[in-house]
Amino acid sequence: MEDNLTKNTVSVLVDNEPGVLARVIGLISGRGYNIDSLTVAEVDAEKHISRITIVTPGSEETVNKLISQLEKLVPVSRAANVTFEKKGIEREMALVKILSTGEKRVESMRLSEVFRAKIIDTTHDSFVFELNGSPHKIDAFINLMKPLGLSEVSRTGVVAIARGTEKM
Amino acid sequence: MVNIQLSGAEMVLKAFEDHGVDTIFGYPGGAVLPIYDELAKRSASKDNKPMRHFLVRHEQGASHAAEGYARSSGKVGVLLVTSGPGVTNAVTGLTDALMDSIPLVCISGQVPSHLIGTDAFQECDTVGITRPCTKHNWLVKDINDLSRILHEAFYVASNGRPGPVLVDIPKDIQFQTGTYIGPETVKHKSYRPKLKASIDTIDEALQLISSAEKPVFYTGGGVINSGNAAVQLLREFVRLTGFPITSTLQGLGAFPGDDNQFIGMLGMHGTYEANMTMNQCDLMINIGARFDDRITGKVEEFSPNSKKIHIDIDPSSINKTVNVDVPIIGDVAHVLEDAIKLWKTKVYKTNKAEIKNWWSTIDQWRKKDSLKFDQGKKTIKPQYAIQRLYELTKDQDTFVTTEVGQHQMWAAQHYKFSKPNRWITSGGLGTMGFGFPAALGVQVAYPEKLVIDIAGEASILMCIQEMSTAIQHKLPVKIFIINNQYMGMVRQWQELLHDKRYSHSYTDSLPDFVKLAEAYGAKGIRVEDPKDLDKSIKEMIDYDGPVIFDCVVDQNENVFPMIPSGKSHSDMLLGDETEKSEISDEGKVLV
Repeated sequence: MEDNLTKNTVSVLVDNEPGVLARVIGLISGRGYNIDSLTVAEVDAEKHISRITIVTPGSEETVNKLISQLEKLVPVSRAANVTFEKKGIEREMALVKILSTGEKRVESMRLSEVFRAKIIDTTHDSFVFELNGSPHKIDAFINLMKPLGLSEVSRTGVVAIARGTEKM
Repeated sequence: MVNIQLSGAEMVLKAFEDHGVDTIFGYPGGAVLPIYDELAKRSASKDNKPMRHFLVRHEQGASHAAEGYARSSGKVGVLLVTSGPGVTNAVTGLTDALMDSIPLVCISGQVPSHLIGTDAFQECDTVGITRPCTKHNWLVKDINDLSRILHEAFYVASNGRPGPVLVDIPKDIQFQTGTYIGPETVKHKSYRPKLKASIDTIDEALQLISSAEKPVFYTGGGVINSGNAAVQLLREFVRLTGFPITSTLQGLGAFPGDDNQFIGMLGMHGTYEANMTMNQCDLMINIGARFDDRITGKVEEFSPNSKKIHIDIDPSSINKTVNVDVPIIGDVAHVLEDAIKLWKTKVYKTNKAEIKNWWSTIDQWRKKDSLKFDQGKKTIKPQYAIQRLYELTKDQDTFVTTEVGQHQMWAAQHYKFSKPNRWITSGGLGTMGFGFPAALGVQVAYPEKLVIDIAGEASILMCIQEMSTAIQHKLPVKIFIINNQYMGMVRQWQELLHDKRYSHSYTDSLPDFVKLAEAYGAKGIRVEDPKDLDKSIKEMIDYDGPVIFDCVVDQNENVFPMIPSGKSHSDMLLGDETEKSEISDEGKVLV
């Protein structure tokens, strides 16, 4: 099963009821899949529908199997592969803390402008940047910050949606 | 429908009544006392329909008895257990039902709401523990949700691919009063399994069927779960085409076992002709089976040259282990009904000449007589015991349950079923201890019929306590023990894979089964001599009450044919020649 372990983004629409997240992640671990990132929030307050976005490594075939297993769960109404390569849009937010002074501090600020990161907290010795974008972009920003005093990172995990008129 | 005010405990019984439940299996305890109290009040009052409660001796027994009831009657099986150990004991039966797609509703008591999460006495995380072993489960947090949840529970258990569900009800909710809404007003928010398949896909399948030269029907428990209509339609379709048909363990009885078109069970211990037919076919028509590892053997070499049609109600079964050419997602009865109609309106024909050739090839394989055994004069061969049991019970409508192991495979091979729901066995989970409580559940559903648990001496000891249940409730179940003093299947594997190191598979200090039966108030019979067998079986059948039949058999007999682990269908061991099987390290890892 180690062929083509690409990252796949799977969106799952579920009834927002107690235990539904445990059901979804229990299925994923119980059937031997891995989770790279996971986000969940209610997206329809009237119908109580939540959207779970899971990034999981695997071949297209294994992810298709995962999707049909997810759809078998009673509170799951739909699951779909919305990976970037499949014309999905993926976004993530990160909070990045930098501890540095002098030239490094200035450089981190300059780079943050290139990435359109916002400074949302500062002291004389620190910045907290808020950054939105594709997971790729956030990875790149974090890598650039490493020699500049990177202290701590918090990421939301990926949310995704299909492009164009397509609807889940 | 007027909404009425009821206590939680009353709601449970009202919902049972509204769903046609008149039989439950259970064991009381602190956290279900209010429901048990309602049962007592109900049986005291004459206004209500009776609710039969069968008191088991261990909650595992309740879960298997409910399974036996469901598997034989096609109705939902219901069990009632208390919190903590009550429900953890039932977990094996719930898992068993999940693996074999059996509809169960388990009601469990829970500690009162305000104590949840405090490690209270007999508290456990019931919904957490049972989440992976039920189709769905609920913890009731508000009395006004209870009736809806109960109706959803019955709906989910019995619709789509059936399965066990659990409703966990805290004790305070059982006492509270709330609004009961009737089942007709409740519709599940999102769960709508698809029953009908697209006609175009069915037509695609029929085109393959009409041009096939070496076809085979491979049918499973899905046919039986779909109901009697599915069974009749399957028989019609198989006869219409004239194709050979094989069945999984769970599917036995859907097509008559003594019919010439039936080529026996397939898989690890299937017949030579069934496995060779699967291996060589050019078209496989899978109806309600799931390409289980007992069936496929080595997946890479499984039926290498065939096109595959797969009819299944569960989309996740499609392409799970074996990729298929024509997936048809729907209920077996609905799909077959449409298929037969279309076959007739489009006037499809089979390739008669090629099918005839195919049958002559199959008949050559049949000549191997792969289930043959040599009875001899001294000891009873286990196969012979089952053959005699079959011959002496086939003229009445007999129900057979089994435990798990060699006896189960011999029963599957040598007992032929002509009707569905007569063969009740734990296939997916392979639960030793299943057969006896399951037989009690069958007997409850069919009080007048002959119900036999074909058992091993090791398996039967796993739920033997239920003999007390059988006596109390006057359930005249017959336990037919194939006694070889070994965990026979374990011993067989140790012989073949572990150089005959019989590590802990021999049971010393077995009880005297005759005395054991008598201790409970049942009848015991022991037979060692082949010539006493028929007479004793008749004695067992004629006895009006539970019987333990201790049939002492040859200790060294193995189940053949056998596809060893990691091998393909064409690598069967037949047990006769001095064949040697080299099992690879890769194969040894498999179970």
